[in-house]
Amino acid sequence: MCQRGLPALVTLLAVKLLEYQAKEVLASLGITIPPGRVARTPEEAAQACSVLGPVAVKAQVPVGGRGKAGGIKLAQTPEEARQAAQRIIGMDIKGFKVPLVYCESALEIEREIYLGFTVDRDARANILMLSAKGGMDIEQVAEESPESIARLYPNPWRGPLDFELNGLVFEAGLGELARPLAAVIKKLHRAIPELDAVTAEINPLVVTKSGEVVAGDAKLEIDDNAAWRHKELETRYGSVLEGDPYEVEAKKRSLTYVSLDGEVGIIGNGAGLCMSTLDLVQRAGGRAANFCDIGGGARAEVVENALSVILMNPRVRGVLMNIFGGITRGDEVARGLVMARNNLGMKVPLVVRMSGTREEEGRAILKENGIEPGANAWEAAQKIVELTRAAAPS
Amino acid sequence: MSILLDASTRVIVQGITGREGSFHTEQMQSLGTRVVGGTSPGKGGSTHLGVPVFNTVAEAVAKTEATASGIFVPPPFAPDAIMEAAAAGITLIVCITEGIPIQDMIRVKDFLRGYPAARLLGPNCPGLITPGVGKIGIIPQRITRPGHVGLVSRSGTLTYEVGSALSAAGLGQSTIVGIGGDPVLGLSFADVVQLFEQDRDTTQLVVIGEIGGSDEERAAELLGRGSRLKAVAFISGRTAPEGKRMGHAGAIISGNRGTAKSKEEAFRRAGVAVAETTDEIVSLLN
Repeated sequence: MCQRGLPALVTLLAVKLLEYQAKEVLASLGITIPPGRVARTPEEAAQACSVLGPVAVKAQVPVGGRGKAGGIKLAQTPEEARQAAQRIIGMDIKGFKVPLVYCESALEIEREIYLGFTVDRDARANILMLSAKGGMDIEQVAEESPESIARLYPNPWRGPLDFELNGLVFEAGLGELARPLAAVIKKLHRAIPELDAVTAEINPLVVTKSGEVVAGDAKLEIDDNAAWRHKELETRYGSVLEGDPYEVEAKKRSLTYVSLDGEVGIIGNGAGLCMSTLDLVQRAGGRAANFCDIGGGARAEVVENALSVILMNPRVRGVLMNIFGGITRGDEVARGLVMARNNLGMKVPLVVRMSGTREEEGRAILKENGIEPGANAWEAAQKIVELTRAAAPS
Repeated sequence: MSILLDASTRVIVQGITGREGSFHTEQMQSLGTRVVGGTSPGKGGSTHLGVPVFNTVAEAVAKTEATASGIFVPPPFAPDAIMEAAAAGITLIVCITEGIPIQDMIRVKDFLRGYPAARLLGPNCPGLITPGVGKIGIIPQRITRPGHVGLVSRSGTLTYEVGSALSAAGLGQSTIVGIGGDPVLGLSFADVVQLFEQDRDTTQLVVIGEIGGSDEERAAELLGRGSRLKAVAFISGRTAPEGKRMGHAGAIISGNRGTAKSKEEAFRRAGVAVAETTDEIVSLLN
């Protein structure tokens, strides 16, 4: 276990809920949240303000740093709320177009606390963290004063016991709030066994002037691998997220795809191989337009799906495919590929490096059909970079 | 010699009658792996692929004296399958299943603390192969060749890539071990490196890591404390932009540790050669 700083925190393949969604979930676990309303239009924001009084109008995006990006504005009157929403809805925050805002009553803050949990992958366990230094970037707190974050590894079968929570609260120097805090932590922890949450953060957890403990902000990430047992979350929140249009399209087609900002489209099977292909393209002087892992094998329809998403991106000037077929037959992969390319009417160059049984036959089929086979991954990467340069508009 | 799996290892397959289980059991058998049985609840008493099928792992162990198991069951049932194997006394559990929820694996890891003799490989891994002897899992034989290089990796296809490059260059392998790409795993790089260290027949070591977590750094620390193995490390994902998720739940950048740079530096500090491309691995070993 590392002594300094936070344990290696994970970012997992997880469903990141928006703030208002995360707060709805926290409320369902019994945690107090401020009164608030979702607004999809400036009129709805004005209406929310006329009901709630002065509000914070907050952009709902699944990334941090929205405050600095101008995604949070205070509004005293409905007219101010209308104007704030007008400016925020549709705004771009770190690649996410803001679909809606959350209008929330301002709190009378006495003090701010940090509370969260995540998966500590080195310890192969969940870690609960509590700090009196709330309202700040917790990673910065971890770096500057790691001792100010109290930590607890709850037993994954029975959850944290009362005396353990009590110990955590006192260790954080928050002993005078032992009872209410232990109660909130216990409720937040329920998100692990009940919702397969892999990360949750309430920062700040606000103690109001009247002594109430309220969630000021909320982040919640649910394990994608457990989506099958939380259908209710998916039906409720699944369609709200908007992001990179290619990533959205890829998700619809069940592809593991991440947009990057280069010009060489990448398809590989297996995350490790795919990442090393990205590295090779960069080494050859090009830049990858995406990461796309089509998983084991290389079925023609999956290849066609991957190619069609990659070709939606106008920046793509060439595609490199790196397929290592263990048991997959090279000639079958090649035939599927030729068919996919023809179906899509692909215009940009395609270089394919593939290996597997019958790879020689596979390469011959590719060559006959005008697709460049690369002898090895490095050669293939150099070839596609060369071809995309030639295809570049001068 | 080899690690974890040799000619005498008696292996069962959990989920032997399923599509994946059947296919890979046949592959394992064709390499000479000593598959002595399998489990499939409700199908006990029958025979499949020439071996007896049992309802429970406990029964399979009692009747066949198996010590190793390969798990080919879907994600909702795999965590229980791992725990069942450990409770029945299996000492090498290889879980191929991809997509197991993290919280399930955290509970499984806690459960396994009660069975210190049980070693778990995976989940979400290609398993292991001892060339010329046998395999548990899905690593294709054609990329291997018997020899003295120990190969341990997080990734599947990248392992095949490096394995075939080694084999083509005449660098055979003692055992190839895929530890898996999930964030919560059984055996770590350091665990496997330690096993190779103790195996007389392994003289060289290749570690294929990727960004995320700090298992690679720990293996580097271990090697830095003195090793008889000539080692080469390769890390994939060096150009992956920060904060972008790259498929493997494990393939992620977090904090200062976990980056390709931090891992490569850890290996260099330990006196381990770091390959910039997979092709370089072979030349650095020679």
